[in-house]
Amino acid sequence: MSSLYERLGGEAALDAAVDIFYRKVLTDDRVNEFFDDVDMEQQAAKQKGFLTMVFGGPHNYTGKDMREGHKHLLARGLNDTHVDVIIELLGGTLKELGVGDTDIAEVATIAESVRDDVLDR
Amino acid sequence: MAVIRYAGRSFSVAEGESVLETLLSANYEIPNSCRAGVCQSCVMQLVDGEIDPSAQKGLKDSWQAQDLFLACRCHPDQDLEIRLPAVDHIRVGCQVTGHDRLSGGILRLRLRPESQFDYRPGQYVTLWRDTTLGRSYSLASVPVLDGDELEFHIKRFSNGRLSSWLCDCVNVGDRIALQGPGGYCFYTGNDAEQDLLLAGAGTGLAPLYGILRDALQRGHTGQIHLYHGAVDIEGLYLHETLQELAATHQNLHYHPCTLNEPPGRCHDVRVENLNQLLSRERSGLQGWKVYLCGPDEFVKKQRQHCFLAGAGLKDIYADAFINHSQP
Ligand SMILES: Cc1cc2nc3c(=O)[nH]c(=O)nc-3n(C[C@H](O)[C@H](O)[C@H](O)COP(=O)(O)OP(=O)(O)OC[C@H]3O[C@@H](n4cnc5c(N)ncnc54)[C@H](O)[C@@H]3O)c2cc1C
Ligand code: HEM
Ligand code: FES
Repeated sequence: MSSLYERLGGEAALDAAVDIFYRKVLTDDRVNEFFDDVDMEQQAAKQKGFLTMVFGGPHNYTGKDMREGHKHLLARGLNDTHVDVIIELLGGTLKELGVGDTDIAEVATIAESVRDDVLDR
Repeated sequence: MAVIRYAGRSFSVAEGESVLETLLSANYEIPNSCRAGVCQSCVMQLVDGEIDPSAQKGLKDSWQAQDLFLACRCHPDQDLEIRLPAVDHIRVGCQVTGHDRLSGGILRLRLRPESQFDYRPGQYVTLWRDTTLGRSYSLASVPVLDGDELEFHIKRFSNGRLSSWLCDCVNVGDRIALQGPGGYCFYTGNDAEQDLLLAGAGTGLAPLYGILRDALQRGHTGQIHLYHGAVDIEGLYLHETLQELAATHQNLHYHPCTLNEPPGRCHDVRVENLNQLLSRERSGLQGWKVYLCGPDEFVKKQRQHCFLAGAGLKDIYADAFINHSQP
């Protein structure tokens, strides 16, 4: 059985997913304020980092990185509902790319597992 | 905490600080301009130690091989010994061959390099006033059309150290040092049928003029929409030239706009903010390639607009004219 990351299409699928996912994030009023002052040039790389992680691909992020990386957002009110929205948008992105429900659920599970780190609990 | 050795002395690099900041606080005159990893004026050389590849991003291969790196992008986590590279190694002497004013007070500067200099139209170089003061300027020339003469369009800031020097003190026949080129904002020619959006504010037109003529000269067949925004009608400093180009190339569409109402009647110039005009006229950018040049604010805004209008992140090329001393 191939890994989730391979099943989703690996690196090539990531490139397609980055544009779709990031466009959703920027146009969703429930979360876009957090991305307002982020430099788009660096965003592509960061979004790719995020997607690699939740696709179960090779990455070097630790729980500590996730705590540090989102701390400034916590100070601006980041909470559980925002994580829910991100997971929802992630699901929508994968659906658009024709990914099946079981794989989408597996991605959501990985994202869930990082929730407490992101919210620094 | 990492320690750097420079000019026979040692300095600790504070948490979050760059090598550039450390040396500037120690009162060394290290050249710098954007402090954002763009202009390459802060280039230094590693003598001993190891640096993260992120400090070499955008440098040409031969420079990376010589252990050159950008001091403003270098946040060392181990001890380093560094120096300024030999100037004649990284800079090319040029002769000033043209110095004339276009409308709106824009300077058109022409330089002829004294040795081999290869570039892509739309890339930028650093022009140096002396060994430590340099600023980036974009290449508006095209090698096959303009020969070995380089062309620049420069806006004069009244208290701008480099731009006012170029405008007021430099003459034909003088020598200027140039370093570069850098940047990825150029015509690739990968897809001659792709539609192109070129949008620039002020002298953001300089790189676009190079990219545009390069694309036409290489037989681009897709539609090309060029937007140029300025404060006043005089700021549309290539108005007639671009009208003529558009008249002779069916696929080129020139859209000039100004913030202020022109004094006379001017049918073909829109009186509208460039950002508004683009938002109104340019939706549906799926499959387009987009080039954005000019002030940082403009580029940031349009990058987001064009992305949301459908252009892929990878299809948006931009040159933001970042200046650290900007108010
Ligand atoms: C990649 C790149 C390409 C560039 N290409 C071009 C080009 O083709 N043509 C061109 O004219 N410029 C271009 N620039 C901008 C140029 O490098 C300088 O920043 C500009 O000429 C000002 O430098 P200065 O030394 O005259 O001003 P400085 O001495 O650095 O600044 C002095 C004062 O000038 C004013 N000032 C400087 N820059 C700005 C600004 N952007 N907006 C508002 N006020 C400002 C501020 O009041 C500032 O305090 C480019 C910049 C970059 C990074
Ligand atoms: C669901 C769990 C989440 C995971 C696994 C995750 C993961 C990541 C990763 C890997 C990065 C890139 C870090 C880097 O390379 O520098 C990142 C950055 C970022 N994340 Fe998240 N994230 C999550 C939830 C969220 C939420 C809910 C928000 C806000 C609504 C958010 C906002 C951001 C922002 C704004 C950045 C960029 C920060 C910067 O540029 O400094 N993230 N995230
Ligand atoms: S690249 Fe370092 S100051 Fe511009």
